[in-house]
Amino acid sequence: MDIKRDYYEDIQLLDSKVLWVWFLMLIGGLLALPFLASNYYIYMANYMAINVLVTVGLNILVGYTGQISLGHAGFFAIGAFATVLFMGKLSFPFLVALIAGGVLSALFGFILGLPALRLEGPYLAIATLGFGMAITQLIGRWELFGGRMGIQAPPLRLLGLFSVSNDRGLYFVIIPIVFLLTMAARNLMKTKVGRAFIAIRDSDIAAETMGVNLVYYKTLAFAVSAFYTGIAGGLMAFMLGFINPSTFNFILSIYFLAFVIVGGLGTIFGSIMGGIVMTWLILMLDKIQDLPYLGEALMTVSERWMSVTGIHNVASIVFGLIIVLIVVFEPLGLYGFWIRTKIYWKTWPF
Amino acid sequence: MFLQLIVSGIAIGSIYALVALAMVIIYKTSEVPNFAQGEMAMISTFIAFMLLDSYGQSFIVSFMGALAFAILLGVFLEFTFLRRAKDPNVLSLILITLGFEMMLYGAGSWKWGAEQQSFPFPVSDYDIVNLGPAVASHLNIATLLAALFLMLILALFFKYTKVGIAMKATQQNMVAARINGIRANRILSLTWAMSSFIGAVAGMMLAPITTLDPNLMMDPLLKGFAAAVLGGMTTLVGSALGGYILGIIETLFGGYVSLQFKSVVAFMIIVLVLCFKPSGLFAKHYVRRV
Repeated sequence: MDIKRDYYEDIQLLDSKVLWVWFLMLIGGLLALPFLASNYYIYMANYMAINVLVTVGLNILVGYTGQISLGHAGFFAIGAFATVLFMGKLSFPFLVALIAGGVLSALFGFILGLPALRLEGPYLAIATLGFGMAITQLIGRWELFGGRMGIQAPPLRLLGLFSVSNDRGLYFVIIPIVFLLTMAARNLMKTKVGRAFIAIRDSDIAAETMGVNLVYYKTLAFAVSAFYTGIAGGLMAFMLGFINPSTFNFILSIYFLAFVIVGGLGTIFGSIMGGIVMTWLILMLDKIQDLPYLGEALMTVSERWMSVTGIHNVASIVFGLIIVLIVVFEPLGLYGFWIRTKIYWKTWPF
Repeated sequence: MFLQLIVSGIAIGSIYALVALAMVIIYKTSEVPNFAQGEMAMISTFIAFMLLDSYGQSFIVSFMGALAFAILLGVFLEFTFLRRAKDPNVLSLILITLGFEMMLYGAGSWKWGAEQQSFPFPVSDYDIVNLGPAVASHLNIATLLAALFLMLILALFFKYTKVGIAMKATQQNMVAARINGIRANRILSLTWAMSSFIGAVAGMMLAPITTLDPNLMMDPLLKGFAAAVLGGMTTLVGSALGGYILGIIETLFGGYVSLQFKSVVAFMIIVLVLCFKPSGLFAKHYVRRV
């Protein structure tokens, strides 16, 4: 279907007319949603958008560059706390604070990228794991960050004019930012930089032989990924309204990885699917006892053998199981499933 | 003061050494750091607690029960999930162990997450022995002895038993081991069982010092990693030594520099070691095949 005849076709953002139609429909849908949906669904959309942003960011690192990170909750925390503090203590305007938070996070990403130059596979996983844990511990110990108690997000005013107080208002802040950054990521992957990332993933030694500057591109991958995650963290701070260090624990880093794995490694479209599906799953599992049939059955199990108060931990079990099953049975994630379905129906009924 | 810190460092270092050993046993055979190590130990410790507290068993029975459970858990995870992965690379192996981690953490929190328990233990942490200018509690000494005993057993196992030698062969070259008639899959299951067993011992020695809750092994897991990285992920002796070194450094840092930032030491050590000597202090440098 997709024969690329010249270079410009290869780097086009949307490479067919059908895709353009879908793209415009997506924009229309996103614009119409806040006027149609109830508050809960708007909250859900915000949450999904933020997670999509993290997933895209993490996928740039894990899926495209092939560097594992178990410390992305750390970047998320840096972005969240930095944005809130830049606004609260230094009274930056919102957008400046958000970008400053992202840049600070990117700086930390760069710093973490330096040891990553010498590490690979398991060693890198351990180093990033340590980084994520250390960041949360440090934030929890410093009074500036509100210590263990956490910190309140300041009231949000956009351009000094619009006061954003509810989820519906926040929607108009979050969605454009996520949309633009996701498009930017898709674009980035079609440029020299993106191709360098992919070359590093496939074989860093071969990439180096071809003249890809490993030092530059590996640290860049960490920085870009951390920037995305930091921005997402900044948005999350305003969505939650209140952040404390224990939100950004090791489990959150694994959740982020689960988003990427479920969506599919190394595809932006997969990241979007992964972020949306997994967020939906998180929200469903949050009120698991209200689900029809399953909820009652689980309550009975909880009362007999487990504890009733801990029932929300079923979410962890489900997530863990999903990670394991996806890795074992469908390593390409939802995107791989989508591609296979597409190919199957393409020649139907033959 | 200094000697006292050293003694405390050795005591906590024993636990780190055990976690590191458990980690390295798996790492050597499957080249994957087992992120579920901590939670496996946590669940086993809770099993011991449950047998003690809810079923009123004696200490011996509960500990044996927990250790038996740990062995079964290790074999179960390896056999049910890890073995099913076709042609896995490092990333997918890491992800599978992370999946285990989440499942076990979820299960542990579901069952026991509600309140923090204190773990009853036959050896007290308050009775102390004078060692010249320093003191050590009975529990410290018991931990040290248990760790040393396990290490001795492991050393003998790898040196003199047929299974131990088969395990070493599998670690060196799995294909060659298979050709020589070693059931590599069974050896893998066995490494998971041993690792889980050692982790469970570490968990049960740690639980009386802290409170028993599902986060019990979160921190020691990172410390165990740090110890393994410090000593070298490919040597058993090195990683055990790494555990003791880490324990001592950490306690000294807590005593002289800052108690508040003590927990960051492990991370600093990981980063420094990985930057300057990635293979660890006691391991030969490894060369990667392209």
